[in-house]
Amino acid sequence: MKNDTLVSFEGVVKRFGEFVAVQRMDFEIAKGEFLAIMGSSGCGKTTTLRMLAGLEAPTEGVIRLSGKPINHLPTWSRDTPMVWQSLALFPFLNVRENVEFALKMRGVGKAERRRRAEQWLDRMQISEFAERDIAQLSGGQRQRVALARSLVVEPEILLLDEPLSALDAALKVRMQSVLKNLQRETGITFVYVTHSQSEAFSMADRVVIMSRGKIEQIGTPQEIYRAPRTRFVADFLGSSNIFTGKVTGADTSGVALDTPAGVLHLAAVDGSAKPRMGREATLTVLDTKTNLALEAPSGRVNAVRVRMIGEEFVGATATIYLETAQGQEIRVQKGHDELASLPLEIGKELVAWWPHEDGHLVTEG
Amino acid sequence: MSDKDTASINRNPAVDIALKTYVFLAYAFVFAPIAASFVFSFNSDRFPSIPLGHFSLEWYKAVATDPLVWEGLRNTLMVGVIVGVVATALGFGAAYTDFRYRFFGKQVYLALALLPPTIPVVILGLGMLAYLSRINLSGNALSVIIAHVVICAPFAMAIIRLRLSQMDPDLEAAAWNLGASEWAAMRHVIVPFAMPAILGALFITMAVSFDEFAIAWFVSGLNETLPVKVLGFLQGQVSPRINAIGTFVFVTSMTLVILAQVLLTGRGAKTRPASDE
Repeated sequence: MKNDTLVSFEGVVKRFGEFVAVQRMDFEIAKGEFLAIMGSSGCGKTTTLRMLAGLEAPTEGVIRLSGKPINHLPTWSRDTPMVWQSLALFPFLNVRENVEFALKMRGVGKAERRRRAEQWLDRMQISEFAERDIAQLSGGQRQRVALARSLVVEPEILLLDEPLSALDAALKVRMQSVLKNLQRETGITFVYVTHSQSEAFSMADRVVIMSRGKIEQIGTPQEIYRAPRTRFVADFLGSSNIFTGKVTGADTSGVALDTPAGVLHLAAVDGSAKPRMGREATLTVLDTKTNLALEAPSGRVNAVRVRMIGEEFVGATATIYLETAQGQEIRVQKGHDELASLPLEIGKELVAWWPHEDGHLVTEG
Repeated sequence: MSDKDTASINRNPAVDIALKTYVFLAYAFVFAPIAASFVFSFNSDRFPSIPLGHFSLEWYKAVATDPLVWEGLRNTLMVGVIVGVVATALGFGAAYTDFRYRFFGKQVYLALALLPPTIPVVILGLGMLAYLSRINLSGNALSVIIAHVVICAPFAMAIIRLRLSQMDPDLEAAAWNLGASEWAAMRHVIVPFAMPAILGALFITMAVSFDEFAIAWFVSGLNETLPVKVLGFLQGQVSPRINAIGTFVFVTSMTLVILAQVLLTGRGAKTRPASDE
């Protein structure tokens, strides 16, 4: 175990009766990092967080916090405060009493309790609401109370279970920067569970992508975005065009895949991802790296004949939806000026192309 | 105000009047006997007849000077308070069990817990008498308390269960997660949250015990509660004193029920518990 590891999951499995919520899971969380666990509902991300909080016990395996196994430590004996999706603020206590709650449970004296609560009320900019009832606060203010209530014990780690899901879009973005800054300033390890890619990628140092109780990929947002490790991740992120086919050539100069859209080439791949001849493999290319033209340019490029089926404008960029002869959807995302020279009409025949080296080979699943 | 306005343009005035008349008649039917008893309790005439005699407090004086009535009232109040406290405590326990745990046979557990008020009181009274006399507990105030707790606890459970069902289930876990042991979470989160319902249940169960006659009649022996005393009066003679006692009992019960109602609806639900420091 490395020195800067705060939490480690070692062969952790969680079953509820027949249902396997979390399959054998091994990963580590470093001290002071912002880790996001992302996946669709039922993927086991919340169960993972609850095991860390001590609200569920693992069926198998060991969870360590600062090196010590905590499997059977009840949640009230751990310092793993959680910010709940429902926030779970105490409605019969006012803001200050909510923030003081954890200190009171730890037997901190009244004066000291008040002083420390005051600090966090200040820091979260909610001092003026200290005497208010929870019911009188707005969504954003409640969010801040929930954070203050958890952080007042100055824990090493803070667990967050989709805390922003109830907020409107603008407030969500604002709270993201509040959270990110808070994490950076305090140096507290954040473990943030979400189904939102934008939340995970904009805040986290590392992202864990889960599906059906299994970790699909762990990495920095950039790594995952550029090089999805599995077909699931590529699909889940939804930012790449995906082609699956049989490997018909694999040597130092590159890899060739025989896909329904034609034979596609990749630049040489590094050793770990060596594909074998005759096996299925998947190629992904980011929709922002996929180009459109009337005729395929010459050179080391892949070109796929497509027909335009729709377009969508989002601010400065446009997404063009196209379809191959086999009915596979292709997306291209470009700035308006890059697309201006093309005759974009529904039904228009075009060529989608990208240089060999922009493709990425997915090696698993 | 706007609510009322939009409602009124979408309402048929004839139907409106018919419904109001219906509600008025229904309430009149229910409350007329009580109102009559109330009026006759202040009437100087010996027999309830129209036209009324003059206003008089003599029946109240007669009741107030009757030591038997005072004894009955004392028994009733003592029984009522103890029953209220015990039944509410038991009801809270049963409601919390339902809120917190999932277990095999829970439906059966709930059905059994809510069953006693559905048993005909005569059957329950007889059963209680047979059972309590066998274990030498019949014929005293304790036997009335036991019997009343049996019929009151389900009411308390139903009331508190309803309140707990409105609680975010994460609240208790959040308390644990913030360092509260199970007992501390009970004391600082569950009980404060359920407090309006707990007080409501306390008043309702007191009122039920206060009014209950049949079972008390079977098991009370010489320690008669007020409703049992009333039957004694009726058997001896028809006296307007009954009206006076009836009015007193009605006003007391209504006060308890209204208190409970206030606690259980509206502002009651937002009551903050007194700080314990």
